[in-house]
Amino acid sequence: MALIPTGWQTVGPYLHIGLTWLNTTKLAGEATKGERIAVEGRLFDGDGAPVPDGMIEIWQANADGRYNHPDDTQAKPREAAFFGFGRVDTDKQGGFRFETVKPGRVPGPGNTLQAPHILVSVFLRGQLRRLVTRLYFADEASNGDDPILALVEDPARRRTLLAVRDPGSATYRFDIRLQGEAETVFFEV
Amino acid sequence: MPDPIGYRREVPGTQPPYLHPDYKSTVKRSPTKATIAVPHTLSEVTGPLWTKERVGSIADDLTVQDKERPLGERIVVAGRVMDEDGRPVPNTLVELWQCNASGRYHHPVDQHDAPLDPNFTGRGHAVTDGNGDYRFVTIKPGAYPWPNHFNAWRPAHIHFSLFGPSFVTRLVTQMFFPGDPLLALDPIFNGVPAPARDLLVSSFDLGMTVPDTALAYRFDIVLRGRAATPTGI
Repeated sequence: MALIPTGWQTVGPYLHIGLTWLNTTKLAGEATKGERIAVEGRLFDGDGAPVPDGMIEIWQANADGRYNHPDDTQAKPREAAFFGFGRVDTDKQGGFRFETVKPGRVPGPGNTLQAPHILVSVFLRGQLRRLVTRLYFADEASNGDDPILALVEDPARRRTLLAVRDPGSATYRFDIRLQGEAETVFFEV
Repeated sequence: MPDPIGYRREVPGTQPPYLHPDYKSTVKRSPTKATIAVPHTLSEVTGPLWTKERVGSIADDLTVQDKERPLGERIVVAGRVMDEDGRPVPNTLVELWQCNASGRYHHPVDQHDAPLDPNFTGRGHAVTDGNGDYRFVTIKPGAYPWPNHFNAWRPAHIHFSLFGPSFVTRLVTQMFFPGDPLLALDPIFNGVPAPARDLLVSSFDLGMTVPDTALAYRFDIVLRGRAATPTGI
Protein backbone atom coordinates (compact mmCIF):
# COMPACT_ATOMS: atom_id res chain seq x y z
CA MET A 1 0.00 0.00 0.00
CA ALA A 2 1.44 3.33 -1.00
CA LEU A 3 1.63 6.13 1.52
CA ILE A 4 0.85 9.72 0.55
CA PRO A 5 4.00 11.86 0.49
CA THR A 6 3.94 14.64 3.06
CA GLY A 7 2.61 17.90 1.64
CA TRP A 8 4.82 20.88 0.86
CA GLN A 9 4.56 24.07 2.90
CA THR A 10 6.25 27.41 2.40
CA VAL A 11 9.65 28.14 3.93
CA GLY A 12 8.11 31.42 5.10
CA PRO A 13 9.97 34.67 5.82
CA TYR A 14 12.10 33.24 8.61
CA LEU A 15 13.82 30.48 6.67
CA HIS A 16 17.19 31.95 7.67
CA ILE A 17 16.79 30.70 11.22
CA GLY A 18 16.75 27.10 10.18
CA LEU A 19 18.53 26.92 6.87
CA THR A 20 21.40 29.36 6.39
CA TRP A 21 23.71 27.43 8.72
CA LEU A 22 24.18 25.12 5.75
CA ASN A 23 24.87 27.87 3.23
CA THR A 24 27.42 26.67 0.70
CA THR A 25 28.49 29.12 -1.98
CA LYS A 26 31.94 27.79 -2.83
CA LEU A 27 31.41 24.31 -4.22
CA ALA A 28 34.92 23.67 -5.52
CA GLY A 29 38.02 23.22 -3.40
CA GLU A 30 41.65 23.44 -4.46
CA ALA A 31 41.71 19.77 -5.34
CA THR A 32 38.57 19.91 -7.48
CA LYS A 33 39.09 19.29 -11.19
CA GLY A 34 37.62 21.49 -13.87
CA GLU A 35 37.02 24.98 -15.16
CA ARG A 36 36.30 27.47 -12.37
CA ILE A 37 33.14 29.43 -12.99
CA ALA A 38 30.68 31.51 -11.01
CA VAL A 39 26.94 31.55 -11.52
CA GLU A 40 25.05 34.52 -10.24
CA GLY A 41 21.66 36.05 -10.69
CA ARG A 42 18.66 37.61 -9.08
CA LEU A 43 15.22 36.32 -8.18
CA PHE A 44 12.27 38.50 -9.27
CA ASP A 45 8.55 38.36 -8.47
CA GLY A 46 5.57 39.15 -10.68
CA ASP A 47 6.05 42.89 -10.29
CA GLY A 48 9.66 42.59 -11.37
CA ALA A 49 10.66 43.36 -7.78
CA PRO A 50 13.58 41.47 -6.26
CA VAL A 51 12.72 38.67 -3.83
CA PRO A 52 14.87 39.28 -0.76
CA ASP A 53 13.48 36.38 1.26
CA GLY A 54 14.14 33.43 -0.98
CA MET A 55 16.67 30.65 -1.00
CA ILE A 56 18.41 28.95 -3.91
CA GLU A 57 19.85 25.45 -3.89
CA ILE A 58 21.86 23.87 -6.69
CA TRP A 59 22.93 20.32 -7.51
CA GLN A 60 25.40 19.40 -10.20
CA ALA A 61 27.83 16.83 -11.54
CA ASN A 62 31.58 17.34 -11.49
CA ALA A 63 33.67 18.38 -14.48
CA ASP A 64 33.69 14.80 -15.79
CA GLY A 65 29.92 14.56 -15.62
CA ARG A 66 29.78 12.35 -12.56
CA TYR A 67 27.55 12.88 -9.54
CA ASN A 68 28.81 12.36 -6.00
CA HIS A 69 26.12 9.77 -5.32
CA PRO A 70 26.01 5.95 -5.24
CA ASP A 71 23.32 5.77 -7.92
CA ASP A 72 25.80 7.20 -10.41
CA THR A 73 27.40 3.98 -11.62
CA GLN A 74 29.12 5.43 -14.67
CA ALA A 75 32.63 4.19 -15.34
CA LYS A 76 34.13 7.53 -14.38
CA PRO A 77 36.24 8.07 -11.28
CA ARG A 78 34.46 9.37 -8.17
CA GLU A 79 35.73 12.72 -7.01
CA ALA A 80 35.68 13.09 -3.25
CA ALA A 81 36.78 16.73 -3.58
CA PHE A 82 33.47 17.73 -5.13
CA PHE A 83 30.09 17.29 -3.43
CA GLY A 84 28.04 19.28 -5.94
CA PHE A 85 25.57 20.98 -3.59
CA GLY A 86 25.10 24.69 -3.06
CA ARG A 87 22.68 26.70 -0.95
CA VAL A 88 22.32 30.43 -0.32
CA ASP A 89 19.57 32.77 0.80
CA THR A 90 18.87 35.66 -1.56
CA ASP A 91 20.18 39.08 -0.54
CA LYS A 92 18.27 42.37 -0.35
CA GLN A 93 18.49 42.72 -4.13
CA GLY A 94 17.24 39.17 -4.64
CA GLY A 95 20.79 38.20 -5.58
CA PHE A 96 22.64 34.90 -5.27
CA ARG A 97 26.08 33.71 -6.36
CA PHE A 98 27.87 30.37 -6.40
CA GLU A 99 31.48 29.63 -7.23
CA THR A 100 31.86 26.20 -8.72
CA VAL A 101 33.21 24.24 -11.69
CA LYS A 102 31.45 23.81 -14.98
CA PRO A 103 29.73 20.41 -14.90
CA GLY A 104 30.42 17.79 -17.54
CA ARG A 105 27.82 16.00 -19.61
CA VAL A 106 25.76 13.26 -17.97
CA PRO A 107 23.57 10.60 -19.59
CA GLY A 108 19.98 11.41 -20.51
CA PRO A 109 17.08 9.08 -21.30
CA GLY A 110 17.88 6.30 -23.76
CA ASN A 111 21.30 6.69 -25.23
CA THR A 112 21.29 10.46 -25.17
CA LEU A 113 23.74 12.77 -23.48
CA GLN A 114 22.56 15.85 -21.65
CA ALA A 115 24.25 19.19 -22.17
CA PRO A 116 26.09 20.55 -19.11
CA HIS A 117 23.50 21.77 -16.63
CA ILE A 118 22.86 22.55 -12.99
CA LEU A 119 19.62 21.70 -11.19
CA VAL A 120 18.17 24.67 -9.37
CA SER A 121 15.61 24.69 -6.53
CA VAL A 122 13.91 27.94 -5.55
CA PHE A 123 12.29 28.36 -2.13
CA LEU A 124 10.53 31.51 -0.99
CA ARG A 125 7.93 33.07 1.21
CA GLY A 126 4.74 33.40 -0.79
CA GLN A 127 5.15 30.04 -2.46
CA LEU A 128 3.92 26.81 -0.89
CA ARG A 129 6.20 24.58 -2.91
CA ARG A 130 9.67 24.38 -4.31
CA LEU A 131 10.15 25.66 -7.83
CA VAL A 132 12.54 23.57 -9.92
CA THR A 133 14.45 24.80 -12.93
CA ARG A 134 17.68 24.02 -14.79
CA LEU A 135 20.61 26.23 -15.61
CA TYR A 136 22.28 25.61 -18.97
CA PHE A 137 25.23 27.49 -20.47
CA ALA A 138 24.37 29.72 -23.42
CA ASP A 139 27.80 29.23 -25.05
CA GLU A 140 27.58 25.43 -24.98
CA ALA A 141 27.34 23.80 -28.41
CA SER A 142 25.71 20.63 -27.05
CA ASN A 143 22.55 22.47 -25.93
CA GLY A 144 21.01 21.59 -29.29
CA ASP A 145 21.23 17.87 -28.41
CA ASP A 146 19.85 18.14 -24.91
CA PRO A 147 16.72 16.00 -24.41
CA ILE A 148 15.33 18.16 -21.60
CA LEU A 149 15.84 21.50 -23.33
CA ALA A 150 14.07 19.93 -26.29
CA LEU A 151 10.94 19.60 -24.13
CA VAL A 152 10.69 23.40 -24.13
CA GLU A 153 9.22 24.09 -27.54
CA ASP A 154 9.26 27.88 -27.60
CA PRO A 155 12.82 29.16 -28.27
CA ALA A 156 12.11 32.33 -26.29
CA ARG A 157 11.14 30.25 -23.27
CA ARG A 158 14.16 28.00 -23.74
CA ARG A 159 16.37 31.07 -23.49
CA THR A 160 15.20 31.61 -19.89
CA LEU A 161 17.25 28.52 -19.01
CA LEU A 162 20.48 29.76 -20.58
CA ALA A 163 23.04 31.42 -18.34
CA VAL A 164 25.04 33.99 -20.28
CA ARG A 165 28.75 34.46 -19.71
CA ASP A 166 29.86 38.00 -18.87
CA PRO A 167 32.39 39.05 -21.51
CA GLY A 168 35.95 38.64 -20.27
CA SER A 169 35.01 36.81 -17.08
CA ALA A 170 34.13 33.35 -15.85
CA THR A 171 30.79 34.48 -14.44
CA TYR A 172 27.53 33.25 -15.88
CA ARG A 173 24.40 35.29 -15.25
CA PHE A 174 21.15 33.47 -14.53
CA ASP A 175 18.17 35.52 -13.40
CA ILE A 176 15.04 33.73 -12.25
CA ARG A 177 11.71 35.38 -13.01
CA LEU A 178 8.61 33.96 -11.35
CA GLN A 179 6.27 35.71 -13.78
CA GLY A 180 6.26 38.17 -16.67
CA GLU A 181 7.35 38.13 -20.28
CA ALA A 182 10.60 36.32 -19.51
CA GLU A 183 9.06 33.97 -16.93
CA THR A 184 11.57 31.22 -16.21
CA VAL A 185 10.65 27.71 -17.31
CA PHE A 186 9.92 25.60 -14.25
CA PHE A 187 9.92 21.83 -14.25
CA GLU A 188 7.97 19.12 -12.48
CA VAL A 189 10.17 16.36 -11.11
CA MET B 1 24.80 2.81 -17.74
CA PRO B 2 21.12 1.86 -18.15
CA ASP B 3 18.43 4.48 -17.53
CA PRO B 4 18.08 4.98 -13.79
CA ILE B 5 14.92 3.88 -12.04
CA GLY B 6 12.86 7.01 -11.51
CA TYR B 7 10.62 8.08 -8.68
CA ARG B 8 6.85 7.91 -8.66
CA ARG B 9 5.21 10.96 -10.12
CA GLU B 10 3.23 13.18 -7.84
CA VAL B 11 -0.29 11.89 -7.14
CA PRO B 12 -2.80 14.59 -8.17
CA GLY B 13 -4.58 16.19 -5.25
CA THR B 14 -1.89 15.50 -2.67
CA GLN B 15 0.28 18.63 -2.95
CA PRO B 16 -0.57 22.35 -2.88
CA PRO B 17 -1.02 24.26 -6.12
CA TYR B 18 1.59 26.91 -6.94
CA LEU B 19 -1.10 29.59 -7.05
CA HIS B 20 -3.25 29.54 -3.91
CA PRO B 21 -4.93 32.98 -3.75
CA ASP B 22 -6.09 32.53 -0.15
CA TYR B 23 -2.38 32.81 0.65
CA LYS B 24 -2.10 36.23 -0.93
CA SER B 25 1.62 36.35 -1.56
CA THR B 26 1.34 33.43 -3.98
CA VAL B 27 -0.39 35.73 -6.50
CA LYS B 28 2.84 37.47 -7.46
CA ARG B 29 5.11 34.59 -6.61
CA SER B 30 3.70 31.70 -8.64
CA PRO B 31 4.53 30.73 -12.20
CA THR B 32 1.73 31.59 -14.62
CA LYS B 33 2.81 29.09 -17.25
CA ALA B 34 2.44 25.34 -16.91
CA THR B 35 5.39 23.47 -15.47
CA ILE B 36 7.03 20.89 -17.73
CA ALA B 37 7.40 17.33 -16.46
CA VAL B 38 10.94 16.05 -16.87
CA PRO B 39 11.94 12.41 -16.96
CA HIS B 40 14.00 11.36 -13.96
CA THR B 41 17.51 11.31 -15.34
CA LEU B 42 20.69 10.72 -13.42
CA SER B 43 20.49 14.39 -12.40
CA GLU B 44 17.16 13.92 -10.62
CA VAL B 45 17.74 10.51 -9.03
CA THR B 46 20.96 11.68 -7.44
CA GLY B 47 21.17 14.47 -4.87
CA PRO B 48 23.21 15.67 -1.92
CA LEU B 49 23.49 12.90 0.65
CA TRP B 50 23.56 14.86 3.88
CA THR B 51 24.56 11.98 6.08
CA LYS B 52 25.69 12.06 9.68
CA GLU B 53 29.27 11.74 8.50
CA ARG B 54 28.94 14.80 6.29
CA VAL B 55 26.84 16.89 8.67
CA GLY B 56 29.15 16.35 11.63
CA SER B 57 27.62 17.55 14.89
CA ILE B 58 23.89 17.50 15.52
CA ALA B 59 21.69 19.97 17.41
CA ASP B 60 18.59 18.05 18.40
CA ASP B 61 17.86 19.66 21.78
CA LEU B 62 16.71 23.25 21.28
CA THR B 63 16.32 23.78 25.02
CA VAL B 64 20.01 23.60 25.90
CA GLN B 65 21.54 25.92 23.32
CA ASP B 66 21.87 28.94 25.59
CA LYS B 67 22.86 29.82 29.15
CA GLU B 68 19.45 29.32 30.70
CA ARG B 69 16.48 27.17 29.80
CA PRO B 70 13.96 28.77 27.43
CA LEU B 71 10.45 29.64 28.62
CA GLY B 72 7.51 27.57 27.55
CA GLU B 73 6.26 24.02 27.51
CA ARG B 74 9.07 21.56 26.81
CA ILE B 75 8.09 18.90 24.28
CA VAL B 76 9.54 15.98 22.37
CA VAL B 77 8.94 16.02 18.61
CA ALA B 78 9.88 12.74 17.00
CA GLY B 79 8.90 10.42 14.21
CA ARG B 80 10.01 8.32 11.30
CA VAL B 81 11.04 9.39 7.82
CA MET B 82 9.76 6.90 5.25
CA ASP B 83 9.31 6.56 1.52
CA GLU B 84 6.00 5.91 -0.19
CA ASP B 85 6.34 2.18 0.43
CA GLY B 86 6.78 2.76 4.15
CA ARG B 87 10.47 1.91 4.01
CA PRO B 88 12.57 3.92 6.46
CA VAL B 89 14.89 6.61 5.09
CA PRO B 90 17.99 6.27 7.26
CA ASN B 91 20.90 8.67 7.70
CA THR B 92 19.27 11.77 6.21
CA LEU B 93 19.36 15.32 7.48
CA VAL B 94 16.29 16.84 9.16
CA GLU B 95 16.42 20.63 9.68
CA LEU B 96 13.91 22.37 11.91
CA TRP B 97 13.03 25.95 12.85
CA GLN B 98 10.25 27.63 14.79
CA CYS B 99 9.16 30.61 16.87
CA ASN B 100 9.30 30.69 20.66
CA ALA B 101 6.54 29.98 23.15
CA SER B 102 5.22 33.53 22.78
CA GLY B 103 4.88 33.30 19.02
CA ARG B 104 7.96 35.36 18.17
CA TYR B 105 10.77 34.35 15.82
CA HIS B 106 14.38 35.09 16.62
CA HIS B 107 14.64 37.04 13.37
CA PRO B 108 14.99 40.75 12.51
CA VAL B 109 11.98 40.68 10.16
CA ASP B 110 9.64 39.51 12.92
CA GLN B 111 8.33 42.64 14.66
CA HIS B 112 5.36 40.98 16.34
CA ASP B 113 4.76 42.59 19.73
CA ALA B 114 5.53 39.49 21.75
CA PRO B 115 8.64 38.92 23.81
CA LEU B 116 11.81 37.41 22.44
CA ASP B 117 13.38 34.72 24.60
CA PRO B 118 17.14 35.23 24.96
CA ASN B 119 17.47 31.52 25.59
CA PHE B 120 15.66 30.30 22.51
CA THR B 121 16.88 30.56 18.93
CA GLY B 122 14.48 27.97 17.52
CA ARG B 123 16.88 26.15 15.24
CA GLY B 124 17.92 22.53 15.21
CA HIS B 125 19.02 19.66 13.03
CA ALA B 126 19.31 15.92 13.37
CA VAL B 127 20.05 12.93 11.19
CA THR B 128 17.71 9.94 11.03
CA ASP B 129 18.98 6.68 12.53
CA GLY B 130 19.01 3.25 10.90
CA ASN B 131 15.23 2.98 11.30
CA GLY B 132 14.60 6.39 9.76
CA ASP B 133 13.77 7.81 13.18
CA TYR B 134 14.55 11.33 14.39
CA ARG B 135 13.90 13.02 17.73
CA PHE B 136 14.05 16.61 18.89
CA VAL B 137 13.50 18.25 22.26
CA THR B 138 12.08 21.76 21.92
CA ILE B 139 9.48 24.21 23.21
CA LYS B 140 5.89 24.24 22.04
CA PRO B 141 5.70 27.19 19.64
CA GLY B 142 3.01 29.86 20.04
CA ALA B 143 0.49 31.10 17.52
CA TYR B 144 1.13 34.53 15.99
CA PRO B 145 -0.67 37.05 13.80
CA TRP B 146 0.37 37.68 10.19
CA PRO B 147 -0.76 40.23 7.62
CA ASN B 148 -2.45 37.93 5.08
CA HIS B 149 -5.98 39.11 5.94
CA PHE B 150 -7.83 40.76 8.82
CA ASN B 151 -7.13 39.01 12.12
CA ALA B 152 -5.08 36.27 10.48
CA TRP B 153 -3.19 33.99 12.88
CA ARG B 154 -0.84 31.17 12.04
CA PRO B 155 -1.59 28.02 14.02
CA ALA B 156 1.36 26.83 16.09
CA HIS B 157 3.77 25.05 13.76
CA ILE B 158 7.33 23.85 13.33
CA HIS B 159 9.15 24.13 9.98
CA PHE B 160 10.89 21.00 8.67
CA SER B 161 13.35 20.60 5.79
CA LEU B 162 14.53 17.21 4.50
CA PHE B 163 16.70 15.93 1.67
CA GLY B 164 16.21 12.17 1.37
CA PRO B 165 18.24 10.15 -1.12
CA SER B 166 17.76 12.24 -4.28
CA PHE B 167 16.96 15.62 -5.79
CA VAL B 168 13.35 14.46 -6.21
CA THR B 169 12.88 13.63 -2.53
CA ARG B 170 13.60 17.15 -1.24
CA LEU B 171 10.83 18.38 1.09
CA VAL B 172 10.09 21.51 3.10
CA THR B 173 6.96 21.31 5.22
CA GLN B 174 5.37 22.40 8.48
CA MET B 175 4.21 20.30 11.42
CA PHE B 176 1.05 21.33 13.28
CA PHE B 177 -0.51 20.33 16.61
CA PRO B 178 -3.68 18.28 17.08
CA GLY B 179 -6.90 20.04 17.96
CA ASP B 180 -5.73 23.53 17.06
CA PRO B 181 -8.81 25.66 16.23
CA LEU B 182 -6.69 27.86 13.95
CA LEU B 183 -6.04 25.01 11.51
CA ALA B 184 -9.40 25.42 9.81
CA LEU B 185 -8.66 29.12 9.24
CA ASP B 186 -5.07 28.90 7.99
CA PRO B 187 -4.58 29.43 4.23
CA ILE B 188 -1.11 27.86 4.32
CA PHE B 189 -2.19 24.63 6.01
CA ASN B 190 -5.27 24.52 3.80
CA GLY B 191 -3.08 24.96 0.71
CA VAL B 192 -2.55 21.21 0.89
CA PRO B 193 -5.70 19.49 -0.38
CA ALA B 194 -7.78 17.36 1.96
CA PRO B 195 -7.24 14.67 3.10
CA ALA B 196 -3.47 14.98 2.58
CA ARG B 197 -3.36 18.08 4.78
CA ASP B 198 -4.26 16.01 7.85
CA LEU B 199 -0.86 14.32 7.51
CA LEU B 200 0.73 17.62 8.55
CA VAL B 201 -0.87 17.38 11.97
CA SER B 202 1.23 15.61 14.58
CA SER B 203 -0.32 13.27 17.10
CA PHE B 204 0.05 13.27 20.87
CA ASP B 205 2.10 10.20 21.77
CA LEU B 206 2.00 9.09 25.37
CA GLY B 207 4.63 6.45 24.75
CA MET B 208 7.20 9.01 23.72
CA THR B 209 6.61 11.38 26.60
CA VAL B 210 9.33 11.78 29.22
CA PRO B 211 7.63 11.48 32.64
CA ASP B 212 7.97 14.61 34.76
CA THR B 213 9.78 16.33 31.89
CA ALA B 214 8.10 16.61 28.51
CA LEU B 215 4.99 15.72 26.55
CA ALA B 216 5.55 14.25 23.09
CA TYR B 217 4.19 14.69 19.59
CA ARG B 218 4.75 12.22 16.78
CA PHE B 219 5.29 13.49 13.25
CA ASP B 220 6.03 10.87 10.61
CA ILE B 221 7.23 12.17 7.27
CA VAL B 222 6.78 10.48 3.89
CA LEU B 223 9.20 11.32 1.08
CA ARG B 224 8.73 10.44 -2.57
CA GLY B 225 9.46 6.78 -3.36
CA ARG B 226 10.93 4.86 -6.27
CA ALA B 227 8.67 3.86 -9.11
CA ALA B 228 9.88 0.28 -8.99
CA THR B 229 12.57 -1.74 -7.33
CA PRO B 230 15.61 -2.89 -9.27
CA THR B 231 15.38 -6.46 -10.49
CA GLY B 232 17.81 -9.09 -11.70
CA ILE B 233 20.74 -8.15 -9.51
